Amino acid sequence: MLRFDEPWTLFLEILGGVPNTVSLALASLVLGFVLAVGLALMRLSPWKPVAWLAYAYVYFFRSTPLLVQIFLIYYGTGQFEGLRESWAWPFFREAYWCAMLALTLNTTAYTSEIIRGGLQAVPWGQVEAAKACGMNAILRLRRVIFPQAIRQALPGYGNEIVLMVKSTSLASTITLLEITLIARKDASSTYTLDALVIAAAIYLFINLLATRGVAWLEYRLSPELREARILKALPDPGLSHVH
Amino acid sequence: MPEWLSLLAWGDTGWGDEMVRGALVTLQVAVVAFALGVVIGAGGAAVKLSRVPGLPLLGDVYTTLIRGIPDLITIYIIFFGGGQLAMSVARLFGHTGYIEIDALTTGVSALSVISGAYSTEVIRGAVMAVPKGQIEAAKACGMSRWTLFRRILVPQVARYALPGLGNVWQLTLKDTSLISVVGLTEIMRQAFVASGSTKQPFTFFVSAAVLYLALTSLSNKVFNGAEIWANRGVRRA
Repeated sequence: MLRFDEPWTLFLEILGGVPNTVSLALASLVLGFVLAVGLALMRLSPWKPVAWLAYAYVYFFRSTPLLVQIFLIYYGTGQFEGLRESWAWPFFREAYWCAMLALTLNTTAYTSEIIRGGLQAVPWGQVEAAKACGMNAILRLRRVIFPQAIRQALPGYGNEIVLMVKSTSLASTITLLEITLIARKDASSTYTLDALVIAAAIYLFINLLATRGVAWLEYRLSPELREARILKALPDPGLSHVH
Repeated sequence: MPEWLSLLAWGDTGWGDEMVRGALVTLQVAVVAFALGVVIGAGGAAVKLSRVPGLPLLGDVYTTLIRGIPDLITIYIIFFGGGQLAMSVARLFGHTGYIEIDALTTGVSALSVISGAYSTEVIRGAVMAVPKGQIEAAKACGMSRWTLFRRILVPQVARYALPGLGNVWQLTLKDTSLISVVGLTEIMRQAFVASGSTKQPFTFFVSAAVLYLALTSLSNKVFNGAEIWANRGVRRA
């Protein structure tokens, strides 16, 4: 099952897939986040057709498997001769860009729901107070709504980051040489599990880094909770009721 | 008749019946894997909440590994390692023949292990949501452990766990598409084969997406109904 010969060489070989995996995850997370903010605002728009359009987008991308979305973009677009002869074809021909597009569109849907939850958690009284202070819509979003919504959304977004790192493995199905495909090729030619186990360990490590990073960010962004936590951890000096 | 519609026709001329048959395979795999996953999840929750030293750690290792590793890697590990594992188990019992595990068994076991990890977390949360006072009250009434489990714990855990299990179901249903990589002819595999032989990939992957949309929307309705049913005795504020 495991052959244990030259694990170091195998490890280095699989490590060669890390740049593709990590850049895919990072790029689609960053692009997806920007798009998701817009989509979340669309869903909360008082203008019904806009809100409905955003809902339909989210519904489609959350109700179909990511694999379908990737295949639609990579294989599906090849059906149209007009597209094959257009300037956009070099983009749709490349597995890397197709995977990035699919992952971006997918995470946009999930992230917009996380951000919407954060936006809706901001107490309406604060928005009214900001209006009463004479802040315009942009200033209200920037100073009052977003800073609080982001903090509220951060734990959920941490899960989404881990999901995205895992999702990049689907790019292996459209011939992109990232961690999973390198490991699978080794497994199917040797019928041993060494490469897959190493790949699993690398994914675990990347996800560990990501969750640690989010935890650190949460810690940095919530000084008001931090103080309370320290007080709780200390032995009670009998003054806790004063706080 | 437009071309795409004739491609999806029923019978020998089109791929409509093949696609629907693929959808039935998808549904079967998802139902079995989800059900097994709930059983694993109940066991996993018991392990995680047990007071036997070492057991909760074991449960943590299981859920952390499965939730931190891509599902595709888990599937490949079971695909490439499952047969050999089965053979070494069989050897213990004196059976020395060659065992090959088919795509269906690989798919169902991989998805059960994956959905089991998520169900473990959902059920664990639901058990912890049952107020401790109720357990104490039941003991004070003289209920045996089994009666307490059956009358106090199970009905409430089922109610608290339903929304979370609904999410696990959706996840399992969508994850069945990954089993196509080991050759099980469910929706994705069928769409892939059809688009290869007709050179119309967009048509077939859109059909696949529509089938998944139908399955997720319908099952969503079922879960919503189940939630209303489970909460029928709960007064809403």
